[in-house]
Formats: sequence, structure tokens, C-alpha cells
Amino acid sequence: MNKYVVILLMFFSTLSVADTLYITLEKDNALAVVDGETGKLLKTVPLGQRPRGIAFSKDQTHLYVAASDDDTIQILDATTLKVVGHLPSGDDPELFKIHPNGLWLYVSNEDDNKVTVIDLQKKIAIAEIAVGVEPEGIAIAQDGQWVVNTSETTNMVHWIDPQDQLVKDNTLVDPRPRAAEFSVDGQWLFVSSEIAGSLSRIDVSNKQVSAKLHFKIAGVDDELIQPVGVLAHPNNELLFVALGPANRVAVVDIKTMTVKKYLLVGQRVWNLAFSPDMKRLYTTNGVSNDISIIDVDKLKVTKSVRVGHYPWGIAVKDESGESSSASSLRLEPSKP
Amino acid sequence: MRHVSLILRFISYLACLMACFSSLVYADSLAVDMAFLTEKMPHPPALSNLDPVLSDAGVQGAILATKDNNTTGMFTGHHYELKRVDVPFGEGVVSEFERLVADGYQYVVADVQTASLKKLSAIAKANNILLFNVSSTDGELRNESCSLNTFHIIPSDEMKADALAQLMLKKRWKKWFLVKGADQEDRRFTKAIKRSAARFGMKLVEEKTWNFDHDARRTAQAEIPVFTQGADYDVLLVADVKGLFGEYLTMNTWRPRPVIGTQGLVPRAWHRTHERWGAVQMQNRFYKQAGRWMNDIDYSSWLAVRAIGEAVTRTNSVKVEEVKKFMLSDQFSLAGFKGVKLTFRQWNQQLRQPILLAMPRATVSVLPHKEFLHPRTYLDTLGYDEPESTCRL
Repeated sequence: MNKYVVILLMFFSTLSVADTLYITLEKDNALAVVDGETGKLLKTVPLGQRPRGIAFSKDQTHLYVAASDDDTIQILDATTLKVVGHLPSGDDPELFKIHPNGLWLYVSNEDDNKVTVIDLQKKIAIAEIAVGVEPEGIAIAQDGQWVVNTSETTNMVHWIDPQDQLVKDNTLVDPRPRAAEFSVDGQWLFVSSEIAGSLSRIDVSNKQVSAKLHFKIAGVDDELIQPVGVLAHPNNELLFVALGPANRVAVVDIKTMTVKKYLLVGQRVWNLAFSPDMKRLYTTNGVSNDISIIDVDKLKVTKSVRVGHYPWGIAVKDESGESSSASSLRLEPSKP
Repeated sequence: MRHVSLILRFISYLACLMACFSSLVYADSLAVDMAFLTEKMPHPPALSNLDPVLSDAGVQGAILATKDNNTTGMFTGHHYELKRVDVPFGEGVVSEFERLVADGYQYVVADVQTASLKKLSAIAKANNILLFNVSSTDGELRNESCSLNTFHIIPSDEMKADALAQLMLKKRWKKWFLVKGADQEDRRFTKAIKRSAARFGMKLVEEKTWNFDHDARRTAQAEIPVFTQGADYDVLLVADVKGLFGEYLTMNTWRPRPVIGTQGLVPRAWHRTHERWGAVQMQNRFYKQAGRWMNDIDYSSWLAVRAIGEAVTRTNSVKVEEVKKFMLSDQFSLAGFKGVKLTFRQWNQQLRQPILLAMPRATVSVLPHKEFLHPRTYLDTLGYDEPESTCRL
């Protein structure tokens, strides 16, 4: 009998891909390490002050964490989780993304109205790009041709050409734009506007807003619906949008720009990340101090895990060697 | 006629930035000329020497917002300029305003006393100028003295008092001991407090006027315990707008009770302890520029200039009619670091906004809480709601 159990366990362990979640805890100045499959909090590791954005290096040997109040991006060894270096991020780094070339890291400096580009090999800033007031979200097209930055008070999307690191175009969007995300085919850019409670779909070819979605939830005040984190499913059909204090994640059909479903998660849901096998979606919930785990196929919330104070950013490591993160998820579109 | 007139030009600032973006500047550029009019109020006798006397309250917020607007402007081809005019208290604020009107200013942010604002409102209406009130909290301006072209950015006394009452209702601290000062502003705040008490079912168990005229620093320990004896209560509510005695009530009352109102737990449009919803960035930017923390008038002035910027950006027009129409429309929403969009009440042109209830070192709560229900928006549970307001614009 026991033999069968062992065989069964072995069968499962080879079938499901294990993943580890790395979650920055803004108020604990720490990193929570969680097993993605079981939802178990494995350990908590100290970090710099007010850690927010987090992402793996392209080769997954290092983990980058924006320590906002220390005005730096910490470099952690991905295995030991010890700080091994720093990047000159400029003041108050929050969100950042790594270019598909694995070399350039784009970070927004909220206090200085700038986006800083850092060379990850030389660990130096190679460009400072003047953008609107309070730059926030960064998104990079999978082909690496465009880097976009949203500015919260200017209410714009700034289109940066990585060839010369210059702003080439600007798109006006609804008030307080937060996150941006390209569709996996690079045709569209999605931008969440926190104060307007909307999601804009921008046509990348002409940089114009082609469709807009205003979220409405029965029984929830419009003021509380504040879209923040946005994550595109590699199937190029679905988009997941974290709605902040509405405590829900909206599942959006990107073609019709309609909401398929609202998933009730923890309080002030912020950032999102997929498991490497696309079975699970993880959300960081800032106020309820936990993460929610969503079954992506069934679109059902299965679990919530208490991780520490103000969970903010999330990066996912595929224990078979691949990695993805809320800040730098780059997956190939699924084959039809 | 003694007045200080200072033109703040951002041309050099802009030119430098535009040089980097020359390829982006739109061909059709729009110039937006705004003015900031300050009537210098007489300073009350200081109870404490802790707080510096400010000579730049308000205008610093407007300067910051003008910079912010110009950063947006370099992408849209809009250019904002702010002219600063300071007028001594009681001297020619009207004639200075008329001069601005004659010079073609269509957007004027006013930090003036209530009586002056009423006069300016009439001129603004007659000349189709938009006037933004950033300092007068008087409810009368939102009711019988409301005016077609005047927008109220700073929250009214009634909005602030309602925020206090809502938190007290939630805490079930419903028995109030009211200590009020004797001057006109104290009477106005007292009126707002009484209105809120009636609105939210609070009970005033005692009401006393503080008219001791000696230095409270020496006698607080002796006088206040005696003064605060009487019926039992939950909180002591103080109405001392100028801050002549209120700070000395805390820890000197006969009974161990918290102090709220103009001192103790205070209702504010902005507070240095506020850091949620991106407010930290705002606090830092302001501190870097002004070398001090932002206050209610600075914040309101920032919002006023940002409201103009937002409307000009969206309408791509500087015409007063279009800007005003947009500000009052459903499409207008302003981000003010308070977690919700800020919009104008159409009936009296008051900016809807949450109120912060703060102690010197912490923000205790942000009101209204969403449990206070309203058919339109929970923000309208603060201040004069449409059926209550006597203003009909």
C-alpha cells in the first residue's frame, strides 16, 4: 500500500512544476519566500527600506529589488538571498523592468520625473529620460522595440525608443495611470488608470487609445474601483487587472474589452504574477497582508496565504530553471 | 499703494526641457496665464513659538502645480505662467483684482478673507473670470453667497466638522463638551460643529466660552481642570481657530478625555503625516521646493492650478466657458493623493474630497468611511449636500 503512495507522490512531483514566490514586504523591509504549489511561507529574509519592485535577472542567478527609501536597487544572489551589490537607480525607485536583451533595466524615479536606464553588466546608469510628473509603470514590448512609462500626475504614456533612449511619442490617458502591459503579440498596450477606474487599450501602431473599459461592480462604490497591476495571459485572449481597494481581480477579454469575471481576493490587491506552468495566478494584497492564489483554468480563488506586512511586488522562480515575475514576465504565446 | 508684484517665469525652465523634446512640441501651442492673489492676513498673537509665520502659504502650492502643469505642457504644447500678487490686509484687494482682470487674466487663485472673496466673486462673474477660493472655509460662500464663477477648493468648516462627527459616531463617543473661543471665526466653527452634532446624533452636554485673557502657558494647569468640570462627556471639542488656548487643553482637563476640533485631533485637507496613495511623493516634492511642510492652503492652491491644467489638457482650450464646462462635467476628475478621484459639486462648485483627521505625529483616519452611504457618492456625506445647500447655480 505504502509503495503505491510513494509512486503516486513521485508521479505528482514530476507532473506539477514547482515554483517559488519571492514577495517584497513594503512595511517589514523584508522578502517573503513562499512555495507556490502548497502556498507555504518558507522563510522571510531582511531587505533594504521600503522594498517594492522585484524581478529576476534574465539568467535567474540574481534577484533585483527596489529599496525605495534607500534610493537603490539591491542585487541579491538568487540562491543565498544575500545582498551582493547595488544598482544606481536614482531617487525613490519603485517599478522597474528588464529589457529582453537582459542588459538594460528601466526604472522610474517618482520624485525626479525621470526614467533611469541602468546597464546591468557595468552597473552604471547609461541614460536618464525626462518624463511626466510622478513616473510609475514601465512596460517593455516582447520584441524590445518599445519601452513605455506612465506618469501619474501628467496622465500620459511616454513611448521610449530603446535604440537611442529618447521619448518618441506621448499618449494622453485617464487620470493617474499606473501599470502598463503589452499584449503578447505586441499589437496593443494596456494601461490602468487608478483614479478614473478605467483600462485603456492603445493601438501600438498609431499610439492612439482604441478602446476603454470602465469597471463597474455591483455593491462597490465607483471610487473604490482603482485599477493597478495588469498582467496579460500568453494566450493573447485574457488580461488580469488588479482593482486595488475594490478587492477584486477583473478578468478582461482583450478583444471585446469586456469583463468576463470579477474574482474576490484580499484587500487592496496590487501586483500579479503567473506560475511558470500558467496554472496559478498570484496576487499581492497590500492591506490584508496576504497573497491570493487563483486557479487560472477555473478562474477561481483557491487560497490565501499570510506573508507579512504590505506585500507589494512578486517574482516567481520556476524550480526547473525558468522564471517569471510581475515586473518582468516574458512568456511566449501558446501555440494554437 | 504698496503691493508686491512678482512675476514667476518658467520660461527658462521650460526652454531647457523643451530643447530635449523639440521634436515633440506641438505646433499649436497654448498659453495659460494664471494669477495668485494673496491678501496678507494679520498674524494672531502666537501662543507657541513652535510654528514659523509663513509668508508664502498657498503660493508655494500654486508654484509647484504650475511646474507640474508645465511638465505635462511640454508634451502637449501648453505653457502655464503664474503671476503672484500680494496685497496688505484691507488694502485695495479689489482694485488689484480689477487690474488683473484688465491685464487679461482669466484664472485667478485667491487666498483672501471671506468678505473680500464675496466682492471678487461679483467681479469675476461680471467679467467671465474663473476664481478659485483656496482659503476661506466659510459655509456662507457655499450657500447664500455662492457665485457662478467661483470654485471652492478648500473644504468648508462643515465638511471638516462632519468628518469629526462621523469618526465620533463610529467610536460611539457621542457626548461632547464644547469649549469655544469668542471671536468671529470661533463662532463660525462652533456653528459648523453644532450642525454636525445634530446631523450625526451627537449630544452637546456642556458648552463653555473661553474668555480668560491671561497667558495660558502659566495658568493652564490651574485654570483648565476647574474650567472643564461639569457633566460627564466622551470628548472635549475645542473651537479655537487662531490657536490662542486650545493646545493647552490636552492633558489638563478634569476628566481623562481626548481633545478634538481645532486642536488635538484635527480635521485637515492635508497634513504632514499623510503618506498613503502616493502622498509621500507629493510631500517630498513640496518640501524640496518650499523647505517646509505643505498645509491646507498650499494643497488647495496646488489642486486649483492642477484643476485648470487638467481641464486645459483635456479640452485643448484656454476658453473660460470650455474649461468651466469640463470642470463641472462627468469627465473631470482630479487626482489629489487621497485615494479617490476629486470632482466638483455642481450645486455650489465645492471640490469633493476626503478629510484627514490627524494628530501631530499620525493620521488617525481618513473620512468619510465607506459605511457612510449616499446615493451619489459617499464623499457627499461631508458638508452641504444638494438638498441642504441654499446655493442654486
